[in-house]
Amino acid sequence: MNLEFSEDQKFVQQTAREFLAEHAGLDVCRKVLESPQVAYDAELWKGVAEMGWLGAAVPESHGGAGMTHLELALIAEEIGRSLAPIPFASSVYLATEGLLLAGSDEQQQQHLPRLAAGDLIGTFALAEGPGEVALDGLETRFSNGQLHGEKLPVLDGDVAGLALVAARGDAGPVLALVDLGGKGVTRTALRSFDPSRSQARIRFDGAPAELLGDASKGAQLIEDLLDRAAVMMGFEQLGGAQRALELTRDQAMGRYAFGRPVASFQAIKHRFADWYAAIELARSNGYYGVWALSEGNDELPLAACAFRSAASDAFELAGEEMIQIHGGVGFTWEYDCHLFYRRAKLLSAALGTPSEWREKLIKRIEARHAA
Amino acid sequence: MNFDDTPQEAEFRAKAHAWLSQQVEPIDPDRVAPNMLGEREDDATIAAAKAWQAKKFDEGWAVLTWPKEFGGQGLGRMEQVIWNQEEAKFDTPPNIYTIGHGMLGPTIMAHGTPEQTERYIRDMARGQEVWCQLFSEPDAGSDLAALRTSAVRDGDEWVLNGQKIWSTGAQYSDWGMIVTRTDPNAVKHAGLTYFIVDMRSPGIEVRPIKQINGASGFNEVFFTDVRVPDANRLGKEGDGWRVAITTLMNERVAIGAGSGAGRMRDLFNLAREVRRNGRPAIEDASVRQRLAQFYVTSKGLQYTGYRTLSALSRGATPGPEGSIGKAVGAPLSQEIASFAMELQGSMGAVLDSDVVPQDAVWQDAYLGAPGIRIAGGTDEILRNIIAERVLSLPPEIRVDKDKPFRDVPTGPPSA
Repeated sequence: MNLEFSEDQKFVQQTAREFLAEHAGLDVCRKVLESPQVAYDAELWKGVAEMGWLGAAVPESHGGAGMTHLELALIAEEIGRSLAPIPFASSVYLATEGLLLAGSDEQQQQHLPRLAAGDLIGTFALAEGPGEVALDGLETRFSNGQLHGEKLPVLDGDVAGLALVAARGDAGPVLALVDLGGKGVTRTALRSFDPSRSQARIRFDGAPAELLGDASKGAQLIEDLLDRAAVMMGFEQLGGAQRALELTRDQAMGRYAFGRPVASFQAIKHRFADWYAAIELARSNGYYGVWALSEGNDELPLAACAFRSAASDAFELAGEEMIQIHGGVGFTWEYDCHLFYRRAKLLSAALGTPSEWREKLIKRIEARHAA
Repeated sequence: MNFDDTPQEAEFRAKAHAWLSQQVEPIDPDRVAPNMLGEREDDATIAAAKAWQAKKFDEGWAVLTWPKEFGGQGLGRMEQVIWNQEEAKFDTPPNIYTIGHGMLGPTIMAHGTPEQTERYIRDMARGQEVWCQLFSEPDAGSDLAALRTSAVRDGDEWVLNGQKIWSTGAQYSDWGMIVTRTDPNAVKHAGLTYFIVDMRSPGIEVRPIKQINGASGFNEVFFTDVRVPDANRLGKEGDGWRVAITTLMNERVAIGAGSGAGRMRDLFNLAREVRRNGRPAIEDASVRQRLAQFYVTSKGLQYTGYRTLSALSRGATPGPEGSIGKAVGAPLSQEIASFAMELQGSMGAVLDSDVVPQDAVWQDAYLGAPGIRIAGGTDEILRNIIAERVLSLPPEIRVDKDKPFRDVPTGPPSA
């Protein structure tokens, strides 16, 4: 047993931290958040592409860096720390990952190099309005190479050029690959709870699309993709939760009340201790999850559920505690607390809420038990 | 990043398992996991525990992490955990040496004279002498350094008077390790001295404490003019706190061995067995959410323990991060037990193991749980440790710091 990342992997993380500290300060996030016309920071996106992170886990033969998901997880953690306002999750953990999982040679050849270079933004469209998505109840239809229906919200749907769309095929759920710049696609930006990350409503009226993977195994493909993305997104959430804790710690150390640092009161210290424990327990689940993912072993379906729900809970807790411990200033627009508060909720909602992942966990445990 | 055994670890595991298979019977892996607090301390059990320890020692399977010069095997913590995991699969006598081998032995090795080490360590390792810890007092629990049991020098001896409490196994121990106050005029932490005491000395009285779960694993120990030779002093006079810290630093939650896997399996089985809304409880959405939360936190604790172990086996020293295990694990056990009782409906309040599902193990666990949240660092002390020593938040404001111990208030001012 060895639960440490290698020196090389730690180096990748350190490089990412330094790059983002320089190019993705919280002011960069805030700028996007405060500019209704701007969906993401294009300059940062370009920089991240040049660093090779968009194709971190893409083979070199397809224009990627040929690293593993262990490196990608550490990059994701740093993206989370910086609250980078870029469509990283959609394009990397979802679109790119989906193509790696199930794309034909031709599809991979066509899209992966452009995704890895950042010339093409990809996303994944699953939700169809309020409530939980049931894969066997999808209303968006894929038939005869055409998509019909409406997806909302779609993270980065207003800026992506390519989408993997979960749809009802002729024989069950499928993933369809669609050019969002093509005909039959109507997109409307939605007001996002976290305006530093954009979301859209997308209508498909006979949009030309092609099947991704095997039509008879669409449900399994979607589940696999969600599990893998959940692990990566979990690391992003860990990074955000950890950064929020550090910033809040600094603030509580520097602010005095009743003649002593706010951080010296047990009522505050115990909140920090619980918060720290929540992050570390989630992190441990994350190590197990990313190990299972990188080994391709059959622990992934349970590990992904456990990690994703723990990481979502930890980041949401972080957003809430950050404001509470900051006190009144934490509730001002001027302070950065709401950036974390918003991002936490957005990431929790993006791939299924914590309670959905908990339900999925029990479903899978019970399926295993029955087998 | 690898959660699997290395080839060397797998080989050690196989060897340990093979040896155990020749000595003892395996436990049915599906049986309900017994409550950890089900203390057994009758003479026959103690004798069986000693015999088992001697056998392990003689064949090279005891005190694995101790250096060879002290009778150990000089192995790493990883091997110790692998051993614990394998031994837990077999029906063996209870381990009455956790405190001695885990905490007291290392303290003697660190602070003892060559004579003390020679006299005590081997018999402790082989288990022929059992040891207990005499630290807490009725008025010195979380605030351990406030202890008041006095030791007064008299020639080559010290005379001890006072009361210790919460001493596990004192009733069958041969030796105890005690922290006493030798200078009440010094500030609190400076006036303490550490001794090894013969538990059969005249003037020692051990009274088992009847706990809320009916068991009596802990004792009160009274000292009345107990004479201890100066040769049994461990460390210098007035240096007792530093020595005690060595003991406490070794008080690590046994990592890895108790993965909670058995408990989680039993909880899921219970939820499949009992009914809610006319269906198995496990089909109920609210039950599923709770089960998932317990599962996720248990797994988080298990892997956090593995992370600590992995770091230690690479040469890191045990850090305060280890406090997470108990800070989260102890209240979690109580919540899980409480939830399991809730699943049983009105039967939750019945203790008859012949009518209550799973031998009423959850009722026992719930009765034992408050003790786990208090012993060895309360929930609150552990949160202070995490806040102060991991997150570097300011320490508590102390009103007892710079004054002689005798001037520290011990109760409300009299009217």
